[in-house]
Amino acid sequence: MASTDTDTGAGPQAPETSRTPEQPATSDPARTQTGKPDAAADLAGLEAGLDALDTRTATRPPLGQVLRRKVVPPVVAIALVLGLWQLAFSLRLKPSYQLPGPLMVWDALAEEWYKGTILSIIWQSVSRGALGFVVALVLGTCLGLLVAQFRPVRAAIGPILSGLQSLPSVAWVPAAIIWFGLTDATIYAVVLLGAVPSIANGLVAGVDQIQPLHLRAGRVIGATGLRGVRHVLLPGALPGYISGLKQGWAFSWRSLMAAELIATSPELGAGLGQLLETGRAYQDMPLVLGAILLILLVGIGIELLIFAPVERRVLRHRGLLTTAH
Amino acid sequence: MTTTLTTQTTSKTPKAQPSPASAPGAGVKDARPAMDEAGYAARIEHVSKSFGRAGAEQLVLDDINLDVAPGEFVTLLGASGCGKSTLLNLVAGLDKTSAGSIDVPGGRPSLMFQEHALFPWLTAGRNIELALKLRGVPKPERRAEAERLLELVRLTGAHRKRVHELSGGMRQRVALARALAQDSQLLLMDEPFAALDAITRDVLHEELTRIWSETNVSVLFVTHNVREAVRLAQRVVLLSSRPGRVAHEWNVDIPHPRRIEDSEVANLSVEITEELRGEIRRHGQH
Ligand SMILES: Nc1ncnc2c1ncn2[C@@H]1O[C@H](COP(=O)(O)OP(=O)(O)OP(=O)(O)O)[C@@H](O)[C@H]1O
Ligand SMILES: [Mg+2]
Repeated sequence: MASTDTDTGAGPQAPETSRTPEQPATSDPARTQTGKPDAAADLAGLEAGLDALDTRTATRPPLGQVLRRKVVPPVVAIALVLGLWQLAFSLRLKPSYQLPGPLMVWDALAEEWYKGTILSIIWQSVSRGALGFVVALVLGTCLGLLVAQFRPVRAAIGPILSGLQSLPSVAWVPAAIIWFGLTDATIYAVVLLGAVPSIANGLVAGVDQIQPLHLRAGRVIGATGLRGVRHVLLPGALPGYISGLKQGWAFSWRSLMAAELIATSPELGAGLGQLLETGRAYQDMPLVLGAILLILLVGIGIELLIFAPVERRVLRHRGLLTTAH
Repeated sequence: MTTTLTTQTTSKTPKAQPSPASAPGAGVKDARPAMDEAGYAARIEHVSKSFGRAGAEQLVLDDINLDVAPGEFVTLLGASGCGKSTLLNLVAGLDKTSAGSIDVPGGRPSLMFQEHALFPWLTAGRNIELALKLRGVPKPERRAEAERLLELVRLTGAHRKRVHELSGGMRQRVALARALAQDSQLLLMDEPFAALDAITRDVLHEELTRIWSETNVSVLFVTHNVREAVRLAQRVVLLSSRPGRVAHEWNVDIPHPRRIEDSEVANLSVEITEELRGEIRRHGQH
């Protein structure tokens, strides 16, 4: 059948009656629409009405609701885990040198705190992780752009890049030690090998998710070449890119801990991984658990304090976030 | 009715100025002289386009010839899938012709899509400012110019609105403002109002006619809605399907202001619809 339509269901014989009196059919040809203030005002009013009827405004949920929905559940979950842990400890399921109670772990951490070393240990790891991540960010972004934009490059290294993502980066540690010895270079090499593929893959996925319509619209308004990358490609790929960055950070942090745990030497400043290793060496289970908790807390903290707000902001601006989140 | 290519329009235009071709240089922009010299805003000559691998090509457009005069409003009408979007993409330079040539003397045309195609990562105003920036408008002037364009599409105050906060009609108006921000001499529109409800579409028809009469831009407007084509155009061009060819042309002499329910619009629509049905029927015969 015809894929054309005659508008608004009005038959081909237009009803003469439907015309408004102030729009005579045989108007003076010289008269323009703009010369008719009444009609213009009428139109503006109609538009204002349509706009008002069809405008959504994003509202943010009240603080109380946010607290109830977002804060209470994890707090309850943590309390539950601590309770079970304490119960297991009190029931002496395992000897206390194997399963210390929450308070013993707390005391071990407090002891480290009073020694005054704990902050420098955390800082050592976090600064290594951050520096490694920033370098991985630059490398991963360049690599991701190359893979996303150039078909031969994608064909050549695209599969390798996604394969590398599933390779546990701890596997690189022995190789890195042989290459670089027990130096910082070893640690950074492992961090980079862990994080760069994630970031690059995230960017590639982000670029692939850009609507073709946006790419064409960009070309139409003159965003070609580097300006296309800057104004369309990167912002368009941002949601995928950010999840790549998040994963990249998780991989950096993991790789860093693996590297610190294995590559311990007096020349290398002590980080959380070395603290863990020290605990193992002294059979100090409270310290081991304490170090694990710290590693977990740093990872979660950076995710919650840096990545989650950025991601939420980006998604909210694009209308991709429902109020339930 | 004529099937020949007429570049001189005879209809009474609602323009304030006389036809720009007859008054070259009068308060015009940079790109205008080139266009006035050429005497057309776009010239499509013997254009063919086929898709698919060599040997198994599908001929979509076949020997299209069409001129758009400076300041003219042409609608391109045809059944779904006849190659209207393909032709607009060719004129916009988003795709290459298989044969023939397209000349747009006034520089890169702007193109409005069926969907708004606004960038969701920018506010309404920033979308417009980006087009201004890419056109080379210096930063201090962009904000004011964007405000002016928003005013032109009657969206004063929508500068900071996010795209997803706007209604469908508002989005299309912002998209129109962004297209106008390119300040090109030729505005290509690919069924820009197809997804809107009848009343909103009606309002946007009036806006488009007003803006066209105020800005001197030439418009090539694609639609498969016969009445919309007649309502807007000075000239309606009918494309046949498979392959797309220029099947027929009508000059629309109905004076502005027009409304989609006017009897003249209806009468010409009946005639064009008959022709279009004939075109479609031909395909059922073999
Ligand atoms: N990139 C492409 N590759 C292959 N075939 C294509 C391509 N683009 C369009 N076509 C074909 O060309 C024909 C015309 O498509 P086009 O989108 O131009 O039609 P249209 O007239 O705009 O239709 P509609 O009114 O539905 O938008 C269709 O048969 C389509 O299948
Ligand atoms: Mg189309």
